[in-house]
Amino acid sequence: MEDTLTTRRKVLIGMTATVGAAGASLAAIPFIASWNPSAKAKAVGGPVRIDVSKMQIGQKIQVSWRKQPIFIIRHSKEAIENLSKVESKLDDPSSLKIEEPYRDLNPTRSTSGEYTVIAGVCTHLGCAPKFYPEIQPQPWDDSWIGGFFCPCHGSMFDIVGRVFKGVPAPTNLKVPPHYFDGSILTIGEER
Amino acid sequence: MTQQSSGIFNWINTRLPISNTYERHLSKHPVPKKVNFWYLFGALASVVLVIQIVSGIWLMFGYENTEEGAFASVEYIMRDIEYGWIIRYMHTTGASMFFAVVYLHMFRGLLYGSYHKPRELVWIFGMTIYLVMMAEGFLGYVLPYGQMSYWGAQVIISLFGAIPYIGESLELWVRGDYYISGATISRFFALHVVALPLILIALVFMHLVALHEVGAGNPEGVDIEKYLDEDGVPLDSVPFFPYKVLNALVAIGVFGIVFSFIMFFFPEGGGYMLELANFEEANPLSTPEHIAPVWYYSPYYAMLRAVPDKLGGLLVMAAAIAILFVVPWLDRSKAASIRYKGILSKIAMTMFIVSWLMLAWLGTVPVTALRTTLSIIGTVIYFAFFLLMPIYTSIEKTKPVPERL
Repeated sequence: MEDTLTTRRKVLIGMTATVGAAGASLAAIPFIASWNPSAKAKAVGGPVRIDVSKMQIGQKIQVSWRKQPIFIIRHSKEAIENLSKVESKLDDPSSLKIEEPYRDLNPTRSTSGEYTVIAGVCTHLGCAPKFYPEIQPQPWDDSWIGGFFCPCHGSMFDIVGRVFKGVPAPTNLKVPPHYFDGSILTIGEER
Repeated sequence: MTQQSSGIFNWINTRLPISNTYERHLSKHPVPKKVNFWYLFGALASVVLVIQIVSGIWLMFGYENTEEGAFASVEYIMRDIEYGWIIRYMHTTGASMFFAVVYLHMFRGLLYGSYHKPRELVWIFGMTIYLVMMAEGFLGYVLPYGQMSYWGAQVIISLFGAIPYIGESLELWVRGDYYISGATISRFFALHVVALPLILIALVFMHLVALHEVGAGNPEGVDIEKYLDEDGVPLDSVPFFPYKVLNALVAIGVFGIVFSFIMFFFPEGGGYMLELANFEEANPLSTPEHIAPVWYYSPYYAMLRAVPDKLGGLLVMAAAIAILFVVPWLDRSKAASIRYKGILSKIAMTMFIVSWLMLAWLGTVPVTALRTTLSIIGTVIYFAFFLLMPIYTSIEKTKPVPERL
């Protein structure tokens, strides 16, 4: 009799605890989910369009998409040819470590052979890297070959946003979804 | 308290333990008879907590927790609300002073072994308070939505991105948007003014209850519970009132003078307490040339920067805080106080102080190759102090601890 009572009590405690735990975790869902981006935040993050034909060769401009800086760089022919020469300094020259939508399409990493389109958000801790295109010694690198330098924690990237070896940033700068329609560049949407 | 006596106080007192609690925790609570100035910072920390709560409530009267309104509302508090500037500077100075007194209070713990048995839980509650304070300070710094609020938050939230697999979705979840927007500000506001202060007050309560259970330590590391009088009160103790209260009042007076001096004349603290870039509104498209945390986070920020790996940096920074929690079990010394510990402990303590101060400086200045090397050295010393503690505290020869205080 004692044993049956103890077993029954254990089963009842177990069942109550299970139902209670399941209920508590389900009740947590709305509290956790309410922190996700709202419908409004998602709607504001729509695509942006820009005419890039007026950019100078070697110029870098910046547009805002989802309030992130997006860098667009128009490269000279020599700059494109030089891209393969700097690969010894790079950690991941072919962007194998990240989801790269346009891998092997162009050396610029974009859908265009002349323009690079990259998110200006350092893959380390999110600062906006600064563009130093000149090939000249810099305080952070004596043999600087031109590219991006992040002032926050010293990460370095080449002119198409590929990360250097031995810097805190783990991966190349990301290429946002985009397409060119003639000289009109659309960022945030793929064709 | 007698049942017979009349009056409203007695009516309440027989239903609520006012006299009992007052006597047990304040008027008659025994404290060691000989302590030094290092034992005043706990009281000062509770004074700053009150200052922060009061000035914080007054700031809420004028603050607007929206992306469009946050920065302007802080300027409105500063310029248009009568004496708004003093309320705000009281809160910002209070934040720095809170960390200053808590760091000194924690250092006292390391110096005199306040975490030794039976005070391990007091130490753990204290460390949890410190952890919550760091979160509280960070959230508060984001609220004015200046350039440093924005980019500081960008860096700290990006730390979540270092966690494998879930990192990026976690970042988005914390921000509630693709950038640090109004959604982020309003949730940080709710956490800063309601959720974390509630937790903080609860933890302070537990810290004090645990302390009063085991009794305060002293700079000699003497266990005063060994020699009791006929009433069970330690012979080497004095009652909290008036002995402790009166000298704490003098300390609070001096502290108030220092506090006011900073608040009136150096509220920005040369850019270490309120960074100059934060007087400019947040711009998600442009990072300031130099991002540095306020001084009280800088040693840990220097450690983050010392590691050339995203996840590694996060882990080192987290470990630097986490290791403080287990100090009671790392110290194997027979003597609690540095006064009776051996030469190895004294060398280790000196190197720890130097490395911490060096890291604090390195965390505030831009990166160069030499400074990165120094940060690595500082980080190694910081961890060596704790990780080697079980070894050097057990092999060294300690001096005999006196029986009486």
